Amino acid sequence: MSTTAPDPRPADALREGDSAPATPPSAGARSIGGFAGWVDDRTGAAKPVGYLMKKVFPDHWSFMLGEIAMYSMIICLVTGAFLTFWYVPSAGHTVYDGSYVPLRGVEMSEAYASTLHISFDIKGGLIIRQIHHWAALMFTVAVVVHMFRVFFTGAFRKPRELNWVIGSVLALLAIIEGFAGYSLPDDLLSGTGIRAMAGFVQTAPVIGSYLVYGIFGGPFPGEMIIPRLYSAHVLLIPAVLVGLFTAHIGLVALQKHTQFPGPGRTNDNVVGYPVMPVYAAKAGGFFFIVFGVIALISALVQINPIWGYGPYDPSPVTAGSQPDWYMGFADGALRLLPGWLEFTFFGFTLSLNIALGALVLLPLVYMVLGVYPFVERFVTGDDREHHLLDRPRNAPVRTGIGMAGITAYTVFMFAAGNDIMAIKLGMSINDITWFFRIGLFVLPPIVFWVTKRTCLALQRRDRDQVLHGRESGTIIRTPDGRFFERHDTELPEDQWILVQHEAVHPLELEAETDEHGVARPAARKDRFRAALSRFYFADAVNPVTPAELAAAHHHGHETEAIEAPAGAAEIESAETAGRH
Amino acid sequence: MNALAARRRHPAAIAVLLMIGLFLTGAAYAAVAPEPADATTQALPAQSVEEGKALFRANCASCHGLNAEGRATGDGDEIAGPSLAGVGAAAVDFQVGTGRMPMTAPAVQAARSEEVVFEQEQIDALGAYIASLAPGPSVPSEEAVDPTKGDPAKGGELFRVNCAMCHNFAGSGGALTRGKYAPALRGVEGKHIYEAMQTGPQSMPVFNDDNITPEDKRDVIAFLDTISEQENPGGMTLGSLGPVTEGMFAWVFGLGILVGCAVWLGSKSA
Repeated sequence: MSTTAPDPRPADALREGDSAPATPPSAGARSIGGFAGWVDDRTGAAKPVGYLMKKVFPDHWSFMLGEIAMYSMIICLVTGAFLTFWYVPSAGHTVYDGSYVPLRGVEMSEAYASTLHISFDIKGGLIIRQIHHWAALMFTVAVVVHMFRVFFTGAFRKPRELNWVIGSVLALLAIIEGFAGYSLPDDLLSGTGIRAMAGFVQTAPVIGSYLVYGIFGGPFPGEMIIPRLYSAHVLLIPAVLVGLFTAHIGLVALQKHTQFPGPGRTNDNVVGYPVMPVYAAKAGGFFFIVFGVIALISALVQINPIWGYGPYDPSPVTAGSQPDWYMGFADGALRLLPGWLEFTFFGFTLSLNIALGALVLLPLVYMVLGVYPFVERFVTGDDREHHLLDRPRNAPVRTGIGMAGITAYTVFMFAAGNDIMAIKLGMSINDITWFFRIGLFVLPPIVFWVTKRTCLALQRRDRDQVLHGRESGTIIRTPDGRFFERHDTELPEDQWILVQHEAVHPLELEAETDEHGVARPAARKDRFRAALSRFYFADAVNPVTPAELAAAHHHGHETEAIEAPAGAAEIESAETAGRH
Repeated sequence: MNALAARRRHPAAIAVLLMIGLFLTGAAYAAVAPEPADATTQALPAQSVEEGKALFRANCASCHGLNAEGRATGDGDEIAGPSLAGVGAAAVDFQVGTGRMPMTAPAVQAARSEEVVFEQEQIDALGAYIASLAPGPSVPSEEAVDPTKGDPAKGGELFRVNCAMCHNFAGSGGALTRGKYAPALRGVEGKHIYEAMQTGPQSMPVFNDDNITPEDKRDVIAFLDTISEQENPGGMTLGSLGPVTEGMFAWVFGLGILVGCAVWLGSKSA
């Protein structure tokens, strides 16, 4: 039953003739040596880190918009950690005796008192609070503008649809996180925000009132909401936010970065510089620029002066009560919705005048965003990978849809400021509200149409530039006294950008019946797809083909002969040659 | 000229041209814009009711009626000016002393004006005349409106409960319906704030002495005085209008500066 062969060596010569096994330096230590090698021996990190460091990123300012969002988020995390050292998430009552005189002796919650304490009695507390808030506003602004860039350049197309969906969820989480933070100081404004939120939740049909009791742990306001919002703000949402953000940026590294079209840039390469050392330096430097700018703004411009609002008390409310800008669209919807949308059935109230803006619009906006790539994929039927970005003008309908969506969102957002506009512009708040109500339905189609026409016009100009060259502004006079303008031909690398994109055509409808005259089951879906495809591509302006270019060069002289005298081309070329 | 011609296609050229154009337009407008006419009446100081009556007939009667009985425009229920019997000297001192009256033209609401048409003595005479028609609140004493004698913290609580819903938490003003508004309260004299609470001008409700006692009114004045006197912790206030201006600042300046930096950094090839 013995499984090991007996060692033939006797016990007194057990190690005789043994030599220590060779210990070659590990692969990591061989290539990187030193401390890095030590780490690699224990973690095997050299390979993935090396992969990341060699990752090539293309250069364009608009690719840094996402970086602004990332850095603002990091600034929020760092400053937020500082604020937690002193903030007390409690609705417990206290009487203020800090250094801000106009509130001394006033009863308030511990949350509000601690925020005042941070603002007035902690060294650097006020600037850190202001950095935290300004960075939060910049985070949400940058997220939105980053989405604009990704949308209008078509960077959401395969294989990046998933990352677009993650990004949409991140954008939604960002505003929820912002709202939770806005509610924590328990000043009059944030308390009004929570009161409004309680009202919104109540409008949920059937379950509304139960939901509010659940969230607030009893009737409004209770003592539970502040600690709960605090947990959500510092723990729950940031954890999800950072997790999804890591996935978001991980996918960017994995899928390689998109690039704008240009000479030498193809769907299969990335033209740019590697992370190490170039982008590490650039991105690292940009972090400090973003931090610096936000710190500068925070040092110079007051934000959310909670001491001015006073402690929360359910009875007062201040004129100009608005949420931070990123929740403005939902607030604006409430201001636009007419009151007659509230109905009563059998003693139950259905407040659509609130629910549509508060409970429907908010998730709807982010849902529409999230599904757009799949809609476009359905329309185009395009299943290829796209690593080259579209110039927005080369996708006129997508650009138009995006601009129309931005317009609708902007109308909602501006409507939330209707009272501020009324007093600052000396107008009637009723007129402003009606302008926005009508504008919500009228402006997006107008903007869609104008944007689409502008894109088509730009595309035609691009075609014209390729076929006929650029107007040089140089007027040439021939010996017999006639005048014509010289057209410069584009440099090949400039021309490439104007002709590189694909020609598009609306999908052709297949026969609705097969060869046996039997109706195809998919015919209805195809008809719908073809109709959408016509909407997208019916009046597409396609790039100049090589044949058209050759024809234009050939015919060019003939057309010029009409405008310019015979021999103009020779004069022109002679003159051009003389210049060089 | 060559240097200029060479730069005419510079990306900034349009912006520079635009700025020059705007500046020239503004300068030209400033040069030819008409000066506002100075119509201050330099009448003799008058304390008597008779003097006030004469001033009233000359300046106010066209809307308020010859005997301050009020006058209709004849267009439905619309009135040119309400009856002034019983409004008291406090109302006159507030309306005329803040430049709201006499109104130059009908409007949704009389706007505060820096240009007060009458001297204080004339206003007092007008007040004496109006007070002689029927009893009404009188102008408060100096002591009743002295901010140093009030408690700003208590005034702040009263302000938030009674005033902030229209005038905003920092007294920056707010919108009412159909073009009416609650005006900003910074830089308003204490006596005018007191009188406004007591007489309820225009859309404002009356806060009589049972509602807000004279001491409480002084506390409110002390609060408003404190917030307009204090230096602003945290920097520029952006008008103390709440998150709307903050959001606008983030979009315009925050994003503008950061995108500017990104463009600069993006144009630097490695």
